[in-house]
Amino acid sequence: MRVAILQFPGSNCDWDSEYAVKDVLGISAHRVWHKDKLPSETEAVIVPGGFSFGDYLRCGAIARFSPIMQNLKEFAEKGGQVLGICNGFQILCESGLLPGALIRNDCLDFRCLNQNLLVENSNDRFNQTTLGKSLLLPIAHGEGNYRADESVLSSLEANDQILLRYSGNPNGSMNDIAGIRNFTGNVYGMMPHPERAVGSHHPCLDGLPLLKAFLKPVLQTRPAEISS
Amino acid sequence: MKVTVFVSPKNTVLDPQGAAVEHAMKSLGHESVEGVRVGKTITFEMEGSDSQESREKLDKLCDGLLSNPVIEDFRYEIEEG
Repeated sequence: MRVAILQFPGSNCDWDSEYAVKDVLGISAHRVWHKDKLPSETEAVIVPGGFSFGDYLRCGAIARFSPIMQNLKEFAEKGGQVLGICNGFQILCESGLLPGALIRNDCLDFRCLNQNLLVENSNDRFNQTTLGKSLLLPIAHGEGNYRADESVLSSLEANDQILLRYSGNPNGSMNDIAGIRNFTGNVYGMMPHPERAVGSHHPCLDGLPLLKAFLKPVLQTRPAEISS
Repeated sequence: MKVTVFVSPKNTVLDPQGAAVEHAMKSLGHESVEGVRVGKTITFEMEGSDSQESREKLDKLCDGLLSNPVIEDFRYEIEEG
């Protein structure tokens, strides 16, 4: 097992993430229960979307204290690759692995649509050459409104830590932010759902280049078992 | 002792719920209302009494689980008995 997909009570994109990584990209992936340990052979972790612990208190606030999160912090500190999608992004922000916080959409509505996103030149994996200038990806969230204080925001901008911006802001996010990475470049978080855009039964396929970009270090050590 | 924790969005953070409630209040004719913020209260019983030790425990509990310091402020009241 090379990619671990965390599973909290209330996660609901765990199976989709496993399907995208294992069945579509051909990289060995398994779901790991939040009370279990991260397997030692783990090369990358996806914190999937959903409503962990019913989104009670704040989105991600309770998941942050799950036993596996200590493991995840150690994994990230050693340079392990981590991607948080939607609720996973909220959990990474709550746990301090990514800066800022996600609050209620400014429109107060749950936004569920295929969203145009502008790609930023963030690093050697996430840029307009590898991903194209724009992507179409599903979003589905009530709390995707990214907030950070001015100093955090300006350091994100100055260090090219913004991965994706909304084209037509659906939720009031500051600076139209849809996805960010940490300074080091091994922890990623985004509100859009790349795992819901990987097959012909999906509305679009732009999740593939995004997931491949995230999993590039994994693919480099050993290529996929089946080609996509 | 009985503890009541009040969590509110930081003044510098946009509060979409507060803005919507303010709008509703104004449309009901309460034009003079300004600065509506929607927060939450959390109440619980806790062993012990109002002491420095209890307050340190409560600060820790509030700053992380019950509120997120990036977006929220908290305060609490303790009722002995």
